Amino acid sequence: MAVAVAPAGLRGSPWLSFAVRRLGRFAISLWVLITTAFLMIQLIPGDPVRAALGLTAPVELVNARRAALGLDDTLWLQYVHYLGGLVTGDFGMSMTSGQPVSEVIGDRLPATLQLALPAFAVVIAVAIPLGLLFAVLTRGGRRRGGELAFTSTTVLLAAIPEFLLAVALVAFFSVQLGWFPVAGNADASSFVLPVIALALGPASVLARIVRVETLSVLGNDFIRTARAKRLPARLVYLRHALPNALTATLTMGGLMLTGMVAGTVLVENVFAWPGLGSTIAQSILQKDYPLVQGIVLVYGIGVLLVNLTVDVLLAVLDPRSTIREN
Amino acid sequence: MAKWFAALRTPVGGFAAALLTLVLALAVFAPILWHDNAFAIDTDAIAQGPSAAHWLGTDDLGRDILFRVLVATRLSVLLAVLATVIGVVTGLVLGTLPSLLPRPAARLVTSAVNIAVAFPGLLLVLFFSVIFGVGTHGAVFAVGFALAPAFARLAQTLSASVAGQDFVSAARISGVGRMRLLIRHILPNIGEPLVVNATIGAGACLLAFSGLSFLGIGVQAPDYDWGRLLGEGLNGIYVNPAAALAPGVAVVLAGLAFNLVGETVAGVIGVRTGLRKLSPRPVTPAREDAADARDDAVLVVENLQVAFPRPAGWTVPVRGVSFTVRAGEAIGVVGESGSGKSLTGLAVSRLVEAPAVVTADKLEFAGKPVLTTPERELRGLLGTSLAMVFQDPMTSFNPTRRIGRQLAEVAEQHQGLPRAKAFERAVDRLRAVRIPAAERRARQYPHEFSGGMRQRAMIGMGLMGDPKLIIADEPTTALDVTVQRQLLRLLARTRAERDTAIILISHDIAVVSQTCERMLVMYAGRVVEDLPSAATPRHPYTRALMAATLDLETDREASLAVIPGRPPEPDRVPNGCAFADRCPAATDRCRLEDPALERVEPEHRVACWYPAALSRPAKETVTAGGAE
Repeated sequence: MAVAVAPAGLRGSPWLSFAVRRLGRFAISLWVLITTAFLMIQLIPGDPVRAALGLTAPVELVNARRAALGLDDTLWLQYVHYLGGLVTGDFGMSMTSGQPVSEVIGDRLPATLQLALPAFAVVIAVAIPLGLLFAVLTRGGRRRGGELAFTSTTVLLAAIPEFLLAVALVAFFSVQLGWFPVAGNADASSFVLPVIALALGPASVLARIVRVETLSVLGNDFIRTARAKRLPARLVYLRHALPNALTATLTMGGLMLTGMVAGTVLVENVFAWPGLGSTIAQSILQKDYPLVQGIVLVYGIGVLLVNLTVDVLLAVLDPRSTIREN
Repeated sequence: MAKWFAALRTPVGGFAAALLTLVLALAVFAPILWHDNAFAIDTDAIAQGPSAAHWLGTDDLGRDILFRVLVATRLSVLLAVLATVIGVVTGLVLGTLPSLLPRPAARLVTSAVNIAVAFPGLLLVLFFSVIFGVGTHGAVFAVGFALAPAFARLAQTLSASVAGQDFVSAARISGVGRMRLLIRHILPNIGEPLVVNATIGAGACLLAFSGLSFLGIGVQAPDYDWGRLLGEGLNGIYVNPAAALAPGVAVVLAGLAFNLVGETVAGVIGVRTGLRKLSPRPVTPAREDAADARDDAVLVVENLQVAFPRPAGWTVPVRGVSFTVRAGEAIGVVGESGSGKSLTGLAVSRLVEAPAVVTADKLEFAGKPVLTTPERELRGLLGTSLAMVFQDPMTSFNPTRRIGRQLAEVAEQHQGLPRAKAFERAVDRLRAVRIPAAERRARQYPHEFSGGMRQRAMIGMGLMGDPKLIIADEPTTALDVTVQRQLLRLLARTRAERDTAIILISHDIAVVSQTCERMLVMYAGRVVEDLPSAATPRHPYTRALMAATLDLETDREASLAVIPGRPPEPDRVPNGCAFADRCPAATDRCRLEDPALERVEPEHRVACWYPAALSRPAKETVTAGGAE
């Protein structure tokens, strides 16, 4: 244990080695992601350009388009061009609109972020207090009824996939009650339903995780120590139990938060939200491969960033995790 | 298989099984029964809401939604199952491949799986559907392959756990080939959890597939599954919301059916029993000689009882304990584990939490009744005047906060010191307990401290206030002998400098008799003897404990003294003397009547019908202590 205080000379501070290790992992994952996105088009059986333009398209057009996309070069050359393009922000051209992919992404990404970030915030803001509250209320086998109600409600809500929830919300709140618009992102009220649809399931799962983790933390010796110091209950729960419960919660909740990145695709399609999600569905149908490739890359990077953020948060919350990873 | 049936007999399991049976029955029979109804075009009722003729309305060709939803069960379930099979098989191959491949290739596969697992399933589905193309076939492969990484991970974890077991090692040593090892020994042992997870996976595939069809990437017209119906229904949601909701409900129910069946089977290992209604708590009558009340008493305990509700009734691990601690006095509480000594320590400091119930005829700390005063009023007093040192220094500090801050909390909370001042005080107290480089150490986390240092810091935490009493519960058990001695010296010094009383709870009678002037010997939740450390013990149990300790005079040729038998479980304490079964001097009276703790000398109380006579030396009487 004491070794951790003074790590062997070369390693420097545990924080530095953590940063190096974690950024290294991020870089490798990013490279794998980019390479996979590149290979995606190569893996499509047959000629993607022919597939995209249709059987009736004249041969000259197909050839011209192939040349424009650089598909006639060797694989290595294409790879090098692709990587070079990415460095300069060139994601290629959309095959249907002729617009640069980076431009399409620049147009659509803000709408997706406007949906995903508030949904993230709602999940965190709802799940953590709720999970903590129910852990405290039901600790040591108290309030069995409350526990049952909490568990069954969250299990049920988590079982409904976000796009089905979205449809149900639209049917009820938009069509029946007329409170919110059915689609689009024209004004503030149009954000309500998509954000709820996206956040409700993950919030339920996370609240359950927070409760279980808090319960197990409350059984720890250091909670008894905190109580022996006669701290008010508020401090025992918020200062001593919560940070420890959050570390385990984050480890498990990270995967769920990345799932929300993908969840936006379906929700956007329900609400005809002008974001990346509706664009990727269309472009898959239209076989606009460069556009799909670009958007897949953006989503993938989003996932990697969420994972990275979770790990950094973990390290801050629980300093042991910076060392433990070895 | 027995486990599966056991799981399905629970209410949730039964519901899940019924639901799954219904879904599967619909998948088989619905297309046979209602195929024509689902395709019949009613030109009089195009895109209508629910009516008597069409319970869920019609689509924009005038086809009945209800029949279409029912008939779509087959395709939806079939595609989900197909995708699951592809996913599980691919995952199994990917997951077990590393155990067959040479090292570098194995590592490559493993890390590829690890990276893929980090991405959400839907993103993988979209990725693969680009490669496999739009349409039913492409979607089946896309959903299946998207499931594969998760299963590969599962197979890896499972087979790793099996591979470490003895029978696999034995097979490996006896020269069984890797392939054979995998097929004959590992796969059969991970089969069950894999099937359970595949069932859950089928639910996930069903949802993923409907999502894909909803996006228009999956099933193409004129075929239809629930996802496609949902997409079509959404377009006409203003006319007929039921057309969008019905397939949605179908997806959720079917998904839930697969999921619940899998989850209940997975969770069946722990059997839950309901909490029965509790009988009234047993009451222990005050049977002990009340320790004489003194003006300088720090702690007065009379007839303390701690009871826990258990499914079978109340368990009472502390059954009527009385003692007094005077200012500056050091008393030891000894006894085997389970004797209730730790619980007594927690109970007098009001740290036993519900559902346990603490009662006492009198429980006063520094003149204040501990049990009846509201917690808020006691907080300041207990927080500054009563210090606790717990057994395991490794787990008693919050791992996410710096040591200094954890000490400073006390001063911030109870003495109203500002942050910086409180921290200064913490550093000062760390110095007082001889932590070197206290300033720097205070900024470190618990994991950067050694065990002995943490225990010192714990004492330092107790010194943040002005403690009248330190309750140390096995403070040295987890530490090595040298550190143990330093720590006891530290406690003794603290006591001398501040006139602090100490309750030292320990199973080690030697440690206690060196450190404390008085001993409470506990057995089965009760004090059986209360004596000055220097006095000759008179209870057979105390004498046996003494005989079981080693010192310089112990005859090294003689066999080591042991007390035969074990103490009674707290829920099975006999009516008579709890020690009777192990006592060499027990008579019928001991087995029938429980002796009270009675004063035999001014400073000596014993609970025994036949306390040893004073004249006889301790070590001779207990010869029963021979090895069993």
